[in-house]
Amino acid sequence: MSHDMSEEKLPESHGSAGHHEVAAHGDPFADPGLPAHQPRRTDIDERAAQRAERQVSLMFVVSMLATVGFIASYVAIDPDKIVYIFPLGHVSALNFALGMTLGVALFCIGAGAVHWARTLMSDHEIPAERHPIEADDEVRADVIEQFRTGAAESGFGRRKMIRNTLIGSMALVPLSGVVLLRDLGPLPEDKLEHTGWREATDVKPLQLINMNTNQPMKAEDVIVGSLTFAMPEGLSTHDEDFQQQIAKDALMLVRIAPEDIKDTESREKGFEGILAYSKICTHVGCPISLYEQQTHHALCPCHQSTFDLADGARVIFGPAGHPLPQLKITTDEKGFLVATGDFDEPVGPSYWERAR
Amino acid sequence: MKKLSARRRHPLAALVVLLLALAATGGLYAAFAPADKAQADVAAQSLAIDEGKKLFAVGCSSCHGLNGQGSSDGPSLVGVGSAAVDFQVGTGRMPAQQPGAQVPSKKNIYSQAEIDQLAAFVASLGPGPVIPTEEQYTSTNPEDLSKGGELFRTNCAQCHNFAGQGGALTQGKYAPSLEGVDAKHIYEAMQTGPQNMPSFPDTTMPEEQKKQIVAFVRHTTNDEPNPGGLTLGSLGPVTEGLFGWIFGLGTLIAVAIWVAAHTTKAKKS
Repeated sequence: MSHDMSEEKLPESHGSAGHHEVAAHGDPFADPGLPAHQPRRTDIDERAAQRAERQVSLMFVVSMLATVGFIASYVAIDPDKIVYIFPLGHVSALNFALGMTLGVALFCIGAGAVHWARTLMSDHEIPAERHPIEADDEVRADVIEQFRTGAAESGFGRRKMIRNTLIGSMALVPLSGVVLLRDLGPLPEDKLEHTGWREATDVKPLQLINMNTNQPMKAEDVIVGSLTFAMPEGLSTHDEDFQQQIAKDALMLVRIAPEDIKDTESREKGFEGILAYSKICTHVGCPISLYEQQTHHALCPCHQSTFDLADGARVIFGPAGHPLPQLKITTDEKGFLVATGDFDEPVGPSYWERAR
Repeated sequence: MKKLSARRRHPLAALVVLLLALAATGGLYAAFAPADKAQADVAAQSLAIDEGKKLFAVGCSSCHGLNGQGSSDGPSLVGVGSAAVDFQVGTGRMPAQQPGAQVPSKKNIYSQAEIDQLAAFVASLGPGPVIPTEEQYTSTNPEDLSKGGELFRTNCAQCHNFAGQGGALTQGKYAPSLEGVDAKHIYEAMQTGPQNMPSFPDTTMPEEQKKQIVAFVRHTTNDEPNPGGLTLGSLGPVTEGLFGWIFGLGTLIAVAIWVAAHTTKAKKS
């Protein structure tokens, strides 16, 4: 880079002409120089400096308290609680508390740092000459020297209270993130591995309820080329946790002429060509039901994963990692379609403990 | 009376009596004999089937076979029912202009009478869904709109978009927009499952629910007021994002440039 620069443009060739030089009269490019340095109150008055120090520390302490408050509200507040807060209207109490406490924790660290820099750190103007990109040893030594000066002037070593409270607040803030990660894991429960269909057993099977009519279905109700959505018996749209349950339990029922079903295992899990697949895409969990009745392909509208329902819902295109789980169905003594057990693999997106 | 009895021996009297008797018998027979309306209907129906068969031979048989049995170019029409014919021909999809991933809707070249004849012929091949009557697809209950909306979001929105604007499927196929589609044709499509659309038979989606869906689709695509003023095609995040990036951010950048060009600092130099 340096040989691209013409020599006369480098600062060295201008000699020591700096901002101290009085500009020639009428020179439009004259260096105006630096304004006279004005000392701050904290530079003169040691009591003011101590007050500023306490203010900075207070902000760091508030940050720590807010982080503790974040964790406390995560544990204590019911996620379904809705409160009225004046300018915002009806909001979730948990979201509001988490947002406020984390916001205060981060703001106080920032505000404390700014206040510290403005009142206590040295505010002497230091002109920095421009130099070529590669620094020589002299410059590097200078930088290290400046760093030392900065460290000394910030009083980081001297003002122990600021240092300790800063370290405390910085150390506590990441805990917010760690606490949030708890939602990801299956621990301490196995909610992600099972669906509402696990209630079904051979002795007490669960009926497949048509989501349009809220009635059980007979095998002859489902014709070749039709698409029907089903949920387990006992689940109602009026249930408080309906949305969470249906996000795992949702089924799409298709009927394919038995000779067109290529996958033997899949054919046996169905009933006379009626196949019950999970409606939840195995990529990131979108509800997939763009079913093409002639090709038997089901397409996910989010990322175009395409599954061949006639071939065990094999992935034929797109980012999904594995086939859609299929629910084993049969009929009960009255002829209604029933399931006798859960899916034999978790529905929805992949995660680290998947069996196959 | 005297006049009548005076002429009773007239040579034509017997003839007059005979004529009167015949007229009375014929009149009584016409009045009391069972009117064979059904037979007339059957005659009209078989006439329609005959006419339909002729139309079918000209317009459809090259792909579907002379007797609708299907060929390598077109599926069998046995059991598709009159509703399928009314939909496919009524929306101009059939006869198809060219083979391909999807047969698009185009200008219909048949009159409704001809479509009915074609439908009668195809229905005679095997039982299937019947053309719905007007009260089957015309809703008068305002509650049907919200119920239909719920059903639409469960069963239809995944392909046809939340506002019925249609959407893409695999390999060149697509779900068409429902804007301006006849209520009867929407109903028939649900009954018969044209092309790659799955069917929604009465056993899994009762007639009443189909009527509610039709009411919702007609309202959403045709009648619904748009309080925002700009639907951006009701296509969702793509058009809204494009609008936001180009017009929203573009405006912000223009304002930022304007502000930067009018600061005191800028004025000084």
